[in-house]
Amino acid sequence: MSKPKCWQDVPPGTIAWGASARDVETGLWRSMRPILDRNKCISCLKCWLQCPDASIETDGEGKVNGINMFFCKGCGVCDKVCPVGAISMHPEADFSSECRKRGEDPGRVADHVR
Amino acid sequence: MAGINLKELTNRQSPLTEGHRMCPGCGAPTAVRQGLMAVEDPVVIVGATGCFEVSTTVYPYSAWRVPYMHIAFENAGAGVSGVAAAHKVLSRKGAVKDNIKFAAVGGDGGTYDIGLQSLSGALERGHDFTYICYNNQGYMNTGAQRSSATPANASATTSPAGSVIPGKLERAKDLTEIVAAHDIPYVAQTTLHDPMDVIRKVKRAVETPGPAFVNILVPCPLFWKIDPANQVKVCKLAADSRFWPIYEVIDGRHVLSYDPKDPVPLKDFLMVQGRYSHLFKKGKERTDLIEQGQADVDREWEKLLKKCSGWTG
Repeated sequence: MSKPKCWQDVPPGTIAWGASARDVETGLWRSMRPILDRNKCISCLKCWLQCPDASIETDGEGKVNGINMFFCKGCGVCDKVCPVGAISMHPEADFSSECRKRGEDPGRVADHVR
Repeated sequence: MAGINLKELTNRQSPLTEGHRMCPGCGAPTAVRQGLMAVEDPVVIVGATGCFEVSTTVYPYSAWRVPYMHIAFENAGAGVSGVAAAHKVLSRKGAVKDNIKFAAVGGDGGTYDIGLQSLSGALERGHDFTYICYNNQGYMNTGAQRSSATPANASATTSPAGSVIPGKLERAKDLTEIVAAHDIPYVAQTTLHDPMDVIRKVKRAVETPGPAFVNILVPCPLFWKIDPANQVKVCKLAADSRFWPIYEVIDGRHVLSYDPKDPVPLKDFLMVQGRYSHLFKKGKERTDLIEQGQADVDREWEKLLKKCSGWTG
């Protein structure tokens, strides 16, 4: 079955495409943004294990690579479980002027992995 | 822990994807993600109605990489036994060659209350499946009503604390022991205090031939009225206060998997949650109810230790 283009293409009673929720930008819910300090991070993977939204990105060798802002809902669990304080939470509003300067809509994040 | 390499797990695709619409800081996706992380065989998921079902399959999206069947509140046990039985027949006829595992996921409403008879039937018939109950101690999808998993004195919308009653009057029922009484190969109880414990227990449950059951206590930030970021801390308090004992029942033998070195009083677990705030009102502290709760916890813990004595893991 090919991927449906619009809702009329989806057969009644079923969801045609597995993992399609990956198109949903749950990051738009976020009010607090986690910032990862790569110099402090020891890649213990505690945040990766505990993230309810699977938003901690790894590089294929078990090292933490960044936080996926497309999906991160900003719950702050990663900040609390981090044993070395490498993640800090900041109000999303602090980033709006920075986003505008780059010509982005402050509510959206263009470069998803930071 | 032997056999599980976290670095290797990071390269594996989780059956549950990102982009599901569970609340920020909800414990249910964490529990299911951690649990299915180390399962190597392909799985088929049967989801009972509940938060987790409505939020992972919002039409027309699905947050599952694996086949998923939505089933009603009362028949997740019957649904998963049907799928497992179909697989057994097709394997016998040679139509299916893969070793496929079957898991049902339900909340406490769909497991403790509404789905209990179909679960009991499936356990008794001995189908090869795993039932994962994410227990947030109430009906969260419909607005924090009490369920039979809600502990005593918790304020829920259908047992609100006020001048008449101090929250729910009844104790929670012990479903893990009810399931263990079916004498099935594997029963476990855990919470999000230690990810390796969840990973190990669900992996073992899925790999055990025959029925298996895992009861995972997960916080609901809206009902428990906690800061979503404190998910792990609250679960740790649940385990350390012995409110939620961490143990497993392997072939009828009780084995304690976590014995808190420095047990904390039940009060510490209750105090961090807004649903118990009426017990701690200045000048109107309900020390009698807190002491009663502590006595219940101590009694249950003694009972569990007696069951565990004589067996080693």
